Amino acid sequence: MTGPSGDVQLDSRRFRAEREAHWRRLEVILGKAERGSPASLADEELLAIPVLYRVALSSLSVARATSLDHTLVDYLESLATRAYFFVYGARARLGERLAQFFVETWPASVKAFWRETLICAAVLFGAALVGFLLVAGDAGWYGAIVPARLAEGRDPTTTTAALREVLYGGGGQNSLALTASYVFTNNAGVAIWAFALGFAFCIPTLLLLAGNGLTVGALVALYASRGLAVPLGGWLLVHGATELFAVILGGAAGLRIGWRVMFPGERTRLDAAAAAGRAAAGVLAGVVVMLIFAGLLEGFARQLVTSDLARYAIAATTLAAWLGYFYLPRRRRGIR
Amino acid sequence: MTASDDVRSGGGGAGSRLRRLVTPEGVDLRLRIGDAGERAGAFILDITFLALALGACTLVAWVLTAALFLSPRPEMAQAMAAIWLLGFFVVSNAYFIVFELGPRAATPGKRIMGLRVAARDGGRLTAEAVFARNAMREIEVFLPLQFIGASAAGAVDPIAGALVLLGLVWSGLFALFPLLNRDRLRVGDLVAGTWVVKAPRGRLSADLLDALQRGREQPLAFTAEQAGAYGVKELHVLEDVLRRRDSRTMEAVAQRIRARIGWRAVEAEGDEAFLDAYYASLRARLERRLLFGHRRRDKFDAG
Repeated sequence: MTGPSGDVQLDSRRFRAEREAHWRRLEVILGKAERGSPASLADEELLAIPVLYRVALSSLSVARATSLDHTLVDYLESLATRAYFFVYGARARLGERLAQFFVETWPASVKAFWRETLICAAVLFGAALVGFLLVAGDAGWYGAIVPARLAEGRDPTTTTAALREVLYGGGGQNSLALTASYVFTNNAGVAIWAFALGFAFCIPTLLLLAGNGLTVGALVALYASRGLAVPLGGWLLVHGATELFAVILGGAAGLRIGWRVMFPGERTRLDAAAAAGRAAAGVLAGVVVMLIFAGLLEGFARQLVTSDLARYAIAATTLAAWLGYFYLPRRRRGIR
Repeated sequence: MTASDDVRSGGGGAGSRLRRLVTPEGVDLRLRIGDAGERAGAFILDITFLALALGACTLVAWVLTAALFLSPRPEMAQAMAAIWLLGFFVVSNAYFIVFELGPRAATPGKRIMGLRVAARDGGRLTAEAVFARNAMREIEVFLPLQFIGASAAGAVDPIAGALVLLGLVWSGLFALFPLLNRDRLRVGDLVAGTWVVKAPRGRLSADLLDALQRGREQPLAFTAEQAGAYGVKELHVLEDVLRRRDSRTMEAVAQRIRARIGWRAVEAEGDEAFLDAYYASLRARLERRLLFGHRRRDKFDAG
């Protein structure tokens, strides 16, 4: 074992010399792929990736077993990991994915959440009923239920004419686009809140929904006391059919997460939470789209359309469209 | 059965940050999870970038709005405000999602800290997962902030103060969730089935033996006993010392090795040359033994 070290020719060195070019090539291609999109790669490079990835993996196995050069092993580990994430990463085209989402994934997951949706709807409308009865019985409740920030000058002391003006006026000095975008960002925030709070064992989500329901109920009671219930219904439902539906779905998504965290069933709590979270996130992503739509309706349609009948017609149409889109049975696309 | 179960039973010892990820080809990649400091650093960086970007956009919007007010068509200023409002919402929500859906699966802050997001089961990182883990930030960051804001707003009433305190403790649980589990999962990670791992971009540095090959004509010769005085652990320490090439460290290390193996210094023999030669001999011996199935962990390992 005293061989002169001047001509050290270790197997580990030969091993490295034979494969180093492959590793370097893989590194270059990966760098390119990570910087831009996979589309920036030439065909031959794309085809080479799986092959080079397996070279890197086998090199890693061999190096772990035979080489004591630990920077080499570290390098191969990082190279193989990078290649792994690229090879097994998501690479569907954006257009395809969006199409699949709106045609299949979203309606299917909303449908699968029907139980949570019903619960959330019951809580929201139940709270609205309570709010209505409270304010109808004693107008003093209005101030306690509706925060001043939301009341915008609408309270029991406001004159009937002023209340009517809110329903048919053109939305004050703000432009339609500004109203629409404000409403959208505000509601999207509420929906995301309802979703995230679900993790805290469902209760905060239900409280959030109940709070919103109470406000609506109180508002309806205030207008009903002046004989303005029907016009208010039109004013609310133009966008409310979409908006309330979206908030209910956001709450349903949150509820599913909290429920699965509490009662994971046969799976481990961690797995159950992850599965519920992914499905719920699908629902929530769609909810944001619904809220964009609701914001447009509230900003434009409500201010431009001032006939009660037309408002109710729009509300009924949108509600029917959403219900049909989500819940109508549809043919399965082949068996995969 | 899932990968995370495997990981729990496998991986390194207690407190280790290594986690097992076996590829379909059957090789364990040994992922290293990001520790709390790296995660917090990445988040602070991201928040800073986001604030800078939003601040710049707001400034531009203000200037444009002011200009539009003075222009013949002041109603355009409202459109500007609408665009700003939407842009603010989109940028602050899309920042994390878009970057984590990219090919590196990491926000700029995470990239700087050398982290990336990965699915816990080793599968694909789906858009739903990224969406879920970022929507959850609402209760991890903004819920505690709201309670802090409420307490700062001055709850003079002792009952309200106690409620705010309770709320702060409750929401603080979500914010500090990563510290309460060994995989450093935040609530969003738990719900999305993801975790944040190190994504080192290792550089392949030259083999130390190459450097040795070039320089020497009259190599030092070690006996089998001398070449076998240490194990793998010491070899790796020696490798680090040699890569750093710090003369004082090398002097100290060379002296200790000479003492241990009873080496009589050849005339005009430099510490660096001695260490290079000893590294080559030790590695040659250990690797040869490795081929025969003996892995000598350290100098105390008799096998």
